[in-house]
Amino acid sequence: METLGYILMSGGLFFFWVSGLGLIRMPDVFTRMHAGAKATSLGSLLTLLGVACLAPAWAPKLLIIAIFILLTNPLSSSVLARAAYRSGAQMVPLACDACAERQAALAAETDSKEVAA
Amino acid sequence: MQRISVNQMQWGAVLFVVWLGLTNSFHYQEILAGIVITTVIVWLTIPAETTTRQWSVLGLLAYFPIFLKALVLANVDVAMRVLNPKLPINPGIVRVPTQLTTPYQRLILANSITLTPGTITLEMEPEAVYIHWLAVEDATPEQAGEIIKGEMERGIMRI
Amino acid sequence: MLAVMILLLVPPILMILWRFFQGPDAANRILALDTLSILVIALLALLSLWFQRSIYLDVALIFAVVGFAGVILFSRFLEKGV
Repeated sequence: METLGYILMSGGLFFFWVSGLGLIRMPDVFTRMHAGAKATSLGSLLTLLGVACLAPAWAPKLLIIAIFILLTNPLSSSVLARAAYRSGAQMVPLACDACAERQAALAAETDSKEVAA
Repeated sequence: MQRISVNQMQWGAVLFVVWLGLTNSFHYQEILAGIVITTVIVWLTIPAETTTRQWSVLGLLAYFPIFLKALVLANVDVAMRVLNPKLPINPGIVRVPTQLTTPYQRLILANSITLTPGTITLEMEPEAVYIHWLAVEDATPEQAGEIIKGEMERGIMRI
Repeated sequence: MLAVMILLLVPPILMILWRFFQGPDAANRILALDTLSILVIALLALLSLWFQRSIYLDVALIFAVVGFAGVILFSRFLEKGV
């Protein structure tokens, strides 16, 4: 049981290192977000699981912490991604940008409405 | 004396599990207090009948393994990309259509997409989701949707 | 063994802090804050195991519940001002 706990914690540590490296290596905010905020969530889940293996009496509380991480982490990342996109953060060249097409379509629509009015 | 609905039972079970986690003890007095408090909260706040579709705890539990599998696979994929010296990324934003209409299903879908590394939900429309994708494999909406959320969406439909 | 685990958590924190101070714009700094807040939850769990005090788990729990609110607040500010 202890060995399993330490193996899980090592997995968590690996993902923390990956997220730290990703934060340094990736070229812009969105790609950093993939490596940074997301890999950290699995890392902390694995670490909490490892702690639960080492101290089984705390398992219910650790489970609640894990559930709250799963609930709140995507909210903040999603809001941050949208804010960064709308405030025009610098981006590397994209393979395709459906969001820009949508905004162009919306702008054209309002323009035509103004012309009609 | 009104009948207790499925909705109230499910919310009661969720609240009781949260209570067990917060107190972190299985003493019978704690469990008794938890049952009383859960009943009062559910009776005061949760309506017996919902106008929207009824959600199911069993569907949520069945969805959990699917989600964890996707989470671990995507994490290993992104870790390989970060550790690769050549940094093989190909970012892009794709539009993905979705058939889910109930608000909580859409919330779970957006959260799942954001939690799996490699994809972040940027914007939501009534019929589509805009996703920032770390390594674009296919830019056509249907193909991209099948790759990103095909399995997860089928799981969410059962919730 | 546990001490090694806790010490090995320091380099990722330093990398995140480097991004926090280096970050070209505000979005990068907020992202570093977000990442750090999740990492601190795991660190608190490890510390509670090291000191054998379950009260630190309560701190981690509260941090998991309200820690994301700051990130959302800063993001809203970035998007359209207060």
